[in-house]
This record gives sequence, structure tokens and C-alpha cells, in this order.
Amino acid sequence: MAYDTTADHSHDHSHDDHGDHGPAHGWRRWVFATNHKDIGTMYLVFACVMFFVGGFMAMIIRAELFKPGLQLVEPQFFNSMTTMHALIMIFGAVMPAWTGLANWMIPMQVGAPDMALPRLNNFSFWILPFAFTLLLGTLFVPGGSPAGGWTLYPPLSLQSGNAFPMAIFAIHLMGASSILGSINVVVTIMNMRAPGVGLLNMPLFCWSWLITAYLLIATMPVLAGAVTMLLTDHFFGTSFFSASGGGDPVMFQHIFWFFGHPEVYILILPAFGIMSEIIPTFSRKPLFGYDAMVYATAAIAFLSFIVWAHHMFTVGMPLAGQLFFTLSTMMISIPTGVKVFNWTATMWKGSLTFEPPMLFALSFLFLFTIGGFSGLMLAVVPADFQYHDTYFVVAHFHYVLVPGAVFGIMGGVYYWLPKWTGKMYDLKLATWHFWLSTIFVNVLFFPQHFLGLAGMPRRIPDYSTQFADWNMVSSLGGFGFGLSQLLFPYIIWKCIKAGEKIGARAWDGAHGLEWELSSPPPYHSWTEPPSREVIARGVLH
Amino acid sequence: MSFHMKNTHARRGLQAAAVSLFALLASVAHADWGGLNMTQGVTILSRKIYSLHMLILWICVALAVVVFGAMIYSLVKFRRSKGAEADRTLVHSTKVEIVWTIIPIFILIGMAVPIAKTLIEIEDMGNVDLNIKVTGYQWKWQYEYLGQNVSFFSTLKRDSNEARELGSGIDPKTIEHYLLDVDNVLVIPAGQKIRFLLTAQDVIHAWWVPAFGMKKDAIPGYVNEIWVQVDADKVGTYRGQCAELCGQDHGFMPIVVEVKSPADFDAWLRAKQAEQKLANVAPNAPSTVASTAPAVAAQ
Repeated sequence: MAYDTTADHSHDHSHDDHGDHGPAHGWRRWVFATNHKDIGTMYLVFACVMFFVGGFMAMIIRAELFKPGLQLVEPQFFNSMTTMHALIMIFGAVMPAWTGLANWMIPMQVGAPDMALPRLNNFSFWILPFAFTLLLGTLFVPGGSPAGGWTLYPPLSLQSGNAFPMAIFAIHLMGASSILGSINVVVTIMNMRAPGVGLLNMPLFCWSWLITAYLLIATMPVLAGAVTMLLTDHFFGTSFFSASGGGDPVMFQHIFWFFGHPEVYILILPAFGIMSEIIPTFSRKPLFGYDAMVYATAAIAFLSFIVWAHHMFTVGMPLAGQLFFTLSTMMISIPTGVKVFNWTATMWKGSLTFEPPMLFALSFLFLFTIGGFSGLMLAVVPADFQYHDTYFVVAHFHYVLVPGAVFGIMGGVYYWLPKWTGKMYDLKLATWHFWLSTIFVNVLFFPQHFLGLAGMPRRIPDYSTQFADWNMVSSLGGFGFGLSQLLFPYIIWKCIKAGEKIGARAWDGAHGLEWELSSPPPYHSWTEPPSREVIARGVLH
Repeated sequence: MSFHMKNTHARRGLQAAAVSLFALLASVAHADWGGLNMTQGVTILSRKIYSLHMLILWICVALAVVVFGAMIYSLVKFRRSKGAEADRTLVHSTKVEIVWTIIPIFILIGMAVPIAKTLIEIEDMGNVDLNIKVTGYQWKWQYEYLGQNVSFFSTLKRDSNEARELGSGIDPKTIEHYLLDVDNVLVIPAGQKIRFLLTAQDVIHAWWVPAFGMKKDAIPGYVNEIWVQVDADKVGTYRGQCAELCGQDHGFMPIVVEVKSPADFDAWLRAKQAEQKLANVAPNAPSTVASTAPAVAAQ
């Protein structure tokens, strides 16, 4: 679908002349921001800050688990840390980082001047600081932060103190922000593609985000409903989830995971998209099996709605239910396998180089696949009766979320940072960042498989002495991983301050409309639709 | 202007990674690192679960060898520094794509059969010799031998409970079975099929003894069931923990099960019945039998 830029352009000139010349100055640029790059930057900075806040909580967790016995924090505070670490990393770090990348890249990749709904864009970002002020504010209220796990299972979550309504309102706000951001992505991709950018030749990053946006729009209201029922159970005498009032605590888990499993793919699908950008660039070959990649992503999204109960195999389900959810879960490995095979085939007969984005992509490829294998193991219901709620699960989801989602984000930032700033970052330092992250993430999470199989439950502040050795290794890995992440903002800061100037195509194998714009790109990305020649160069097929 | 890095960085990094991995493995070999794998357990079901675990593990290992092998081969073989030229025409192959979609489907169907068989056995609650109701509380377990007039609570043993306080100054390593010992152990007979009925009083808990192969949630308003049949020759003590987050002391409500021969179990049950009868007559009489229970055999 085309939009008529010529008309837009003249319209802009007659009414809003300064808009074409650049950003407003001072705080107004950010508070009243409607530009997709400014808003994208705010999202990314916000995500980075939250990554370190959530990371600091993880350091407290790993420090307490460094050796048996309680040395640092009370058990209740420990539970608050695990709960808050999850909420902040999921809703504060990974999701806003994806929205930030979507804001920056989607208009440039589809040949549009900006996102379709700029003021909505501003609103969806500015909800977040309020949401997280509320959530982090719970650390200072009587009773402390929510400590019943990020899954908020009742009846335990109903035992929270004053933090409870604050956390629920914060979740409502985050959900509203995500829904608004997703609507913007859908509308932009559906309506703002330049002539020549078809649905089946736009970059995979746009595709994965389009599908992610639909997942968000479909599931966030479900989460909102679930937590609202918790709220009324707590304050207004309803008994949705209270057995003594005729309600059902297990029903909450079904509703929660109906949101929660698609949420898992909300966190990872955009990373799949980024892999499909980075790997072809540094293999100097087009992506293998583009169409299959699109269909596989859609298949994963569809399956994500019918596997939720694999998170709760131990609640006691009918035999048929257990079989259904085990089979549907295992089916996810088919489209996911297709993706992994296609990335490998993209490298096959390529001409590979190993710049930092590619290094992060390779780390993703190996380590996410390990997370996929442990996921396949967890799908085997009888074995899950052993794995469930142990460190094996902790290892599994951190393998898919840290070297998966987080390395995807970092790979994306290292890939596009030269485009955003017009400058090249310190490649050597970024390579160090890669090696330290990759080594420490394995020291941190691989031993947790052993701990889980040896019988250590998750979410415990203290453990029996047989688990001491691997916990110490894991904690050392954790500290190493945490410290090495400080390199990341430093590398970005150094790039902005003193990076070497770079041309439009920062990587010689890079392919796509964003690389046809100058580096840094103009304030309003494509004020005129890309010409036939640019489309021919920058669009797939 | 374009940037691409010299591959020496990458090679040096790889070497560093290999060296540190080797060092880690070497240190592993010299220490007592406890188990790396799930144990086979001591029940009929736990062995079946273990073999399913091993089956899927080996399938994953085989897949990993193929997939990682192809990746590593490409990383080595198709480097630009080695003069590799990109074959830009290799973007699609219906044949290959069908093959790598079909193969996983067969593996999944192959897995589905043993999974279904094991699940059917797990769900078979017939021919039970003894029913024990387990109720989770914040933060202790209650065990009721249904129809036997025996019921008691089981909480974390005092020495562990003192040592686990923040800043207690007690080294957990000096405590035998730190956090995995209780005042009143659950006693069951070996070689008999025992059904556990699981529920909870306040919040959701989960009852889990790894050696029995199973965990299941104990949920207020629900009664879940699992069955356990310990091998006749596997008399001993088995330990587990609550596995579902249940509040601040979730980490401190262990499970200890002492498996006795049927004859010893009957003797224990009779003694317990007598003791509880006495306790019911004189409610203030101190209960001493459980706390002086015979030293448990090492697992």
C-alpha cells in the first residue's frame, strides 16, 4: 500500500515548516517527542537503565546464593528480588528495547518518514517511566515489593502488602503501553510501506515485529483481565481464584499462561528477525528460505496460543490434556528448527566475517539452540514432573532469554549503531564485550542444569550443602557477566563521542532500505519514497 | 567506507575460550561436584521417567551434533579470510526444506509413544495398599495415614532452622543434612503401592522427593494424587523439598521419607498409633517418640 509523500511533503511545508529542519531543542525535544528516532532512543535508553536495575537485583540473588546459609538478605526480600528481577527484565528491559528498535528501524526499513501514529508513540513511551516508578516504588512501602513470583499466582500473591495494588496498576500501564506501541507497528507496516516494498519482500525484522505486535494485542488484555480479577479478589470480596469462596486458584494459572506463553515469543520473535538481518549481512548472501522463515514465524506465533499449560504440568491435569500440551509443545520445535536450519544454510557457502554483530548472532545461534533443546526436554511431561520448578527450568529460560533475547538486542544495537550515529564504535572493545558475555553467560547458566537435575528447586534463598559448588560457579559467572555488561553503555557512549565517521553502508554486506539512507539518517527518514533504483538495490528479490 | 575485522581477533578469542573451557573441565574433574544428572530414583515410575529423560537427552545430543556440526563447519570453511566466495544463488531448496521439516516430525511422533505409555502408568491409581494425605501449610507438611488414626506435622529440624537465620554465625556445613531434615519423618513401607493425596491449607505448595520421580502441586480446594512404589530392597531415607513458591519460608519446608521394610513399617505404625492415642487422652503429654526416632540410614 502506497502513501502519497509528495502531497504530505507540500502539506508539511505550508503548515509546519520547522518540522523538516530538525529536532526541537532542550527538554522539549524529548518530552514532546513525536519523531520515531527520538522516541526509539528514549525507549532504548530506558531499556538499558532497566537492564542494569534488573541486573543489580540479579547480582543480589547470585550473591545470596554464593554459598549456603543466609548472608545478605532476608528470605522475603530475596523473593522480592526474584519477582522484581523478572518483572523488570521482561517488561522494563527486553520489551522496551524491542519497541525502541522497532521505532528506529521499521520506518527506515519500509521507506516511511516516521511511524504512522507519532503522538500515540509519544504516549506509549511516556507511560513507561510512570509504570516503573510505581513498580520500583513498591520497594519502599510497608511489606516490601511483590514477592510471590512474577507469575503472581494466587493465593500467594494475595498475601502481598501495600505493594499489591501498585504492582497491578504498574502492570496495567505496561500493558497499555505495549498495546499502543503494537498498534503503531501494525499500522505503520500495513499502511506506510513505500511503493515496491511488498509484504513478502520486506525485511524479516519487520515481519517478526508485525507478528509480535499481533501477539501483544491479543494477549496483553488477557493479562490485564487476570490481574484485575486478582485486584477484586483482594479488595472487593470476589472469589475468582479463592477456593474457599467457590473460585479456582488453578484458573488463574490457565489465564496467566494463556498470556504468558505468547509473551515468551513476544520476547524472542524480534530477535529472530534481527538474526535474519545480521547473518545474511556477514555471510554476504541473501537469507536462505525467506518465505519459509515468514511462515515459520507465523506458525510459532499460532502454536504459542495452544501450549500454555506446559508451564503447569504439575497442577494435575487430565491425561488427555497432558498429552495434548506435550505434543503441541513439541510441535513448536518444528518451525523453530526450520529457522535454525535456515540461518545455518544462510552461512553455508557464504563469505563469513566476524564483526561484533555477527559474533552476537552466532552466540545466539548456538546458545538459543541449547535453550531450545532443554525446552524440548521440558515438553516431555513425565520428565517434566522432575524438571518442573527446579534450576533446570531456570537454566532453560535464561538460555533463551539472555543469549537469546538480550544478545539479539545487543547484536541489533551493534549492527545499527553506526547507522544511527554515523560513527563506528570500538570494534575491538565490542569483541571483548562479546567474548566476556558469551563465556560468562555459560559459566552462569550451564551449571544450573546440573543443579536442577540434582534436585535444587528454584526460588529458594538458601540450599542444602550438596548444591554449594555449582552455585558458587554460577554466582561467579553471574558477577562476571554483570560486570562485563558495563562495557556496553561505555562502547555506545564512546562511539557517540568519538567514533570514526562512517558512510551510508556501514557493513559491506549490508542490504536493505535503511542502508540507502545517509549515516546518520535524516531526521525524517524517507521524506520521499525511495526511487526505483533504490528499491531495486535495497529490497529483497 | 566499510568496516570488517581482521579474523585474528576472532581466532585469538576462540583460543582463549577453548583454554578457559578446558581449565573449567579440568577443575571439575578434581572436585566433588555432586550429581550432574538426574538420578534413577528408587521407584518403578522414577526409573521410567529417568529413561525418558535419557532418551530425550540423547536425541537432543544427536541433533546438537548434526546442527552444531553444520554450523561449526560453515564457520571454519566459509570464512572470507580463507578466501571463501559467497554463492549468492543458494537461497532456496524445496527438497532440503521438506527434509528438515519432516525429520523432526518423525522424531516427535517417535517420542509421543513412550511418553503416552508412561503417562498412562503414572495416572493408574488402582490397587493401592496405603493412602496418605499430605497437606501443605506455610511452612510445614501434615501427613495423615488415612484410616490408620495417625497424623502429624513435619517441620524443618531445629538445628537447620537456627543455622539458616540471617547472620546466625553457624556454618551450614557443620549441620548434618542442612535444610533437608525434619522433626517428624514420613514413614512408608517398601514394595507397596502408596497413594499420596495432596492438598494445601493456605497457598499452593508442591510435594517433591526427587528419588520418587514425581512432583505434584498441593493446591487449596484441590486434591491431587500421585502413587509411589519403592523397590522392596531400597529401604532408606529420601529427602525432598517444597517445589512451588509458597512465601518467605518456601526454602525451609523439607520432606524426609523413611522407607522401611513392611514388617518394620507395621511396628512403627502400631507404635505411632499407640502414641497418638495416648496424646489424645493426655493432650499435654510431650511427644518424644518422633524426635528420638532411630538414626536414619544414609541414602
